[in-house]
Amino acid sequence: MYDVIIIGAGVTGSAIARELSKWQLRIAVLEKASDVCEGTSKANSGIVHGGFDAKPGSLKAKFNVLGNKMMEKLSQDLEFPFKRNGSLVLTFDEEGKDRLEELKKQGEENGVEGLCILNREQLKQLEPHISDEAKAALCAPTGGIVCPFHLTMALAENAAENGVEFFLNTKVENLVKTENGYKIETDKGSYETKTVVNAAGVYADVIHNMVSGKKMKIVARKGEYCLMDKEAGNYVSHTIFQLPGVYGKGVLVTPTVHGNLLAGPTAEDIEDKEGIDTTAQGMETLLAKGGKSVENLPTRQIITSFAGLRAHMADFGGEEDDDFVIGEAEDAPGFFDAAGIESPGLSSAPAIGEYVAEWIAARLSAKEKPDFKEKRKGMPNMAEADEEERKRLIAEDPAFANVICRCELVTEGEILAAIRRTLGATTLDGIKRRTRAGMGRCQAGFCSPKTVEILAEELGKDIGEITKTGGESRLLTGMNKA
Amino acid sequence: MTADIVIIGGGPAGLAAAVSAKEAGVDHILILERDKELGGILNQCIHNGFGLHTFHEELTGPEYAARFISKVKELQIPYMLETIVISIGNDKTVTAMNKEKGLFTIKAKAVILAMGCRERARGALNIPGYRPAGIYSAGTAQRYVNMEGRMPGKEVVILGSGDIGLIMARRMTLEGAKVKLVAEIMPYSGGLKRNIVQCLEDYDIPLKLNHTVTGIKGKERVESVTVAKVDENRKPIPGTEEEITCDTLLLSCGLIPENELSKEAGVLLNPVTSGPFVNESLETSEAGIFACGNVLHVHDLVDYVSGEAQTAGEKAAAYVKGLLPASKEETTAVSAESGVRYTVPSKLDITRMDEEQMIRFRVDNIYRNAYIAVYLNEKCIKKIKRPMLAPGEMEQVKLRKADMEQCDGLVKITIKIEQEV
Repeated sequence: MYDVIIIGAGVTGSAIARELSKWQLRIAVLEKASDVCEGTSKANSGIVHGGFDAKPGSLKAKFNVLGNKMMEKLSQDLEFPFKRNGSLVLTFDEEGKDRLEELKKQGEENGVEGLCILNREQLKQLEPHISDEAKAALCAPTGGIVCPFHLTMALAENAAENGVEFFLNTKVENLVKTENGYKIETDKGSYETKTVVNAAGVYADVIHNMVSGKKMKIVARKGEYCLMDKEAGNYVSHTIFQLPGVYGKGVLVTPTVHGNLLAGPTAEDIEDKEGIDTTAQGMETLLAKGGKSVENLPTRQIITSFAGLRAHMADFGGEEDDDFVIGEAEDAPGFFDAAGIESPGLSSAPAIGEYVAEWIAARLSAKEKPDFKEKRKGMPNMAEADEEERKRLIAEDPAFANVICRCELVTEGEILAAIRRTLGATTLDGIKRRTRAGMGRCQAGFCSPKTVEILAEELGKDIGEITKTGGESRLLTGMNKA
Repeated sequence: MTADIVIIGGGPAGLAAAVSAKEAGVDHILILERDKELGGILNQCIHNGFGLHTFHEELTGPEYAARFISKVKELQIPYMLETIVISIGNDKTVTAMNKEKGLFTIKAKAVILAMGCRERARGALNIPGYRPAGIYSAGTAQRYVNMEGRMPGKEVVILGSGDIGLIMARRMTLEGAKVKLVAEIMPYSGGLKRNIVQCLEDYDIPLKLNHTVTGIKGKERVESVTVAKVDENRKPIPGTEEEITCDTLLLSCGLIPENELSKEAGVLLNPVTSGPFVNESLETSEAGIFACGNVLHVHDLVDYVSGEAQTAGEKAAAYVKGLLPASKEETTAVSAESGVRYTVPSKLDITRMDEEQMIRFRVDNIYRNAYIAVYLNEKCIKKIKRPMLAPGEMEQVKLRKADMEQCDGLVKITIKIEQEV
C-alpha cells in the first residue's frame, strides 16, 4: 500500500513527487511512456514566465508568480540550466500602448516585480533586431528561460534519490475506490494507494472522470515550433512576445537556454491527444507571426520543427474553465487533481509541487524526512565546461575526450553518465534530452549509430532492440541478407 | 605540441593533401581524424566506381581509401585517430581532444581544412508530420547497412535524388527491402547520370521529378508518407497528394560543408557553396589556412577531391617552406555568371599561379549542347562545347598562366554557360 501514487511523470508530476519526497511517505509515480518528460513537458517554449498575463486571482497567476520566484534556487539546488533573460511584450500599434499599461497593472496586481514600459528607442537599443513596426513594449525582467527536459529530469531524479519509486512504461487503465483509498489498475498490474495525484497532462480528464462525477474536459491545444541553429541564437536576447490574443500568449521568438533560437507556438485545438505532427500551415503561420516581431527572422537556420500539446481546461463546469484545476475532487476524497496545466505550467510546476505536497502531507499527517537530500548533481557537460572542468572530467574518465555528437560536442562520457544515472536514459531520445546528442544541426545523422551502440552495450541489448522513444519505435528492422 | 602542417580530417581529402605535402618536402605533418580509422566516409561506400580518373580502374570506396592510407603509412606521416578538433585559432593553434592525450593544443605553421560535409537533415527541409523512428539521412542508413550489417527499414521511400540516396536505393533493394519511390523536388536529379541508370532504372525504381514529401504519418515508427507534385515555385500542388505506405523515409537532399571550425578561425565562407572562399592556392581568407575536398565545395567524384587535395598539400608545403609569397591585395576575381553557380577558386593571384590552373564549378540547371565559355575581361579565350551539363555533375576548366600574362590589365575572369545561337 502506497501513501501516494502520482499519475504522470511530466514536470508537474515530477515536481509534486520531489516535494512529497520531503515527507516520510511511500510514494510511486506511474508513467505510460518509457521515460520521464515525454508529453507536454518535452515540447513547449521553455519559458519561465513573469506572471503578468494571467487573470488576477486565478491559479495560473498565483502559481506562476510563486514558481518564478522559486526557480532560481531550485536551478542551483538541482543543477539545471535556467537564465533570467527577461521578457518583452510588443505592440505594433498606438492603441496597443494602453493594453501594455493594462498588462503592466495586471502584472503588478499578480505580484510581478520590475515591470516597465519601453518606448521604441529603448526597445531598439535593447534588441537591435526588433521589428521596425514595434512601437513599444512591456518589459518583465523576471521572465526567464529554462531547459524543460532538465527541469523535469532534475525534479524526477531528485525525487527518486529521495525514495520515490518510478514505474515507467506503465499505463493507468482504471481507478477503483477502495475502503482505504484507491486501486489503480494498469497494463502492468494493480497498485493500492491511500491517495492519488492526477498529473496526467492531456489525459488528466480521462483519469479524473474515472473517479469523479463532476466531469472534466481537457482539449489538446497544439503548438508548433521551429528551432534554429545556435548561429542564430543571439538574434534576440529577451523572450519576445506580442500582445496576447484569445488563444494564449501568441507566437514568441526567444533564445533557448542552450543558445538556439526558437519561434512558436501556434495554437490549434485538436481531437487527438497524441496529435503531435507539425503541419505546413502551422509552420507557415508561426514563421509569419514570429517574423512580425523581428526583422528578417533567420528561417534559413531552421534545424528542426516540432509540436507539443497543451492540456487546456475546456470544460469543468464554468468557473475553473481556462484555469488550472488543483485540489481534491469534490466527490472523490484522497484524489487530487493537478489538471489543465497548460502554460504557464512549466513556470508554475515548483509552486504547484509544494502546494499539493503540503496538502497531502497534512492529510496523511506525515512527518518530515530528516535526511531529505535537497541537492542533485547535474549532468556533466563538456560543451559548456571551461578548460579546467574539461580537463578534470577527462582525468576522471577518458571517455569524456571521445566526442560522439560533434555538432553539440557531446562525449561518450556524458552519454554513459546519462544511461548510468538515476532514472537513466534507455532510448535514443532519452539520451538526446539528457545530453543534447543529436540536437544539433545534423540532427543525429552522424551520432545516432554510435549512440545506439553505446545504449545497447550498456543495457545489455542488441542494437536491433534499441528504440527512439520506447514502444514500437525501433530504429532498425533486421539484419542484412545472410 | 607543434607541427608544420596540421590536417583536419583523415578522409580522401586529408589523406591526399598529407601525401602531397610530404612529397613536397615537409616532414612534420599531423593528420587528425575523428573516426576509428582513416578513410572518412569512403569506408561506408562499399559500391564500386571510385578511381576511374585517378587509377584508371574501378575501385570500391574502402579500396580507394586504402591506396592513400598505405601511402600515408609508407611515408610515415603521423596521424591520430578518434581525435576531435575543438577549435582553430586564427594564429593556427589547433585545440583537440582524444582519450589518450585528453585536451591538447598544437601550434601549426599551416592548417589544411579537410573536414568534409554533412547531410541536410529533415528539419532544414521543413517536412511536416510526425517525428517517429524510421527517418534517416541516406548516409546514416548507409552506415547501418554497410558498417553494421543492419537494415534500417523494409519498405522505403527516398526523398531527394542525391548520389547517396540513389546508391542506397540499390543497396537496400539488394538487401531485400522494397524501395517504392524516389521523389525529387527539382525538375532534374541531383545525382550522377550513371547512378540514375545503374541504381534506379536497372531495378525498376520509379524516380518522380517535381515531387516532394508533404507529410509523415506514424507515431512510433513511420507508417506512411505523403508525396505530392510541386509547381514551378516548388510549392506542393493541392490535389496531387498520394499516400505511400512505408516504414522508412530516407533523405538525400544535399550535402553541406562542415565549416563551423573554419568560421571560428575567421575564415570567410561563400554563401553559395557554404565552403571557404579560396584563391588559386586553395588558401582561405586566413593566410596559411588551406581547404580542400567537400569542406570546400561538395564534389561528385572522389577523384576530383584527391586532385584538389593534392594541390592544397603542395601549396601548404610551399607556404611552410616560405616559397609561397604573400598574396597581393589586388587579386583577379573569377566570376561565376549566367548558368555557373560558383567557381573554386574565386580569385587568382597570377604571380602565384602554376602554369595551369584548374577552375571547378557547378551549373545551375540542365543545359544541352551548350558551351562553357571563359572570358578574360571582356574577351572570350575559350569555348568548350558540351552535349550536356547538369547540376549534379561538377565541371572543370583549365586556365593557362601564359594566357593571363598576355592579357593587359586583367581584372576579371568570367566563366559562363552560353547556348547555341
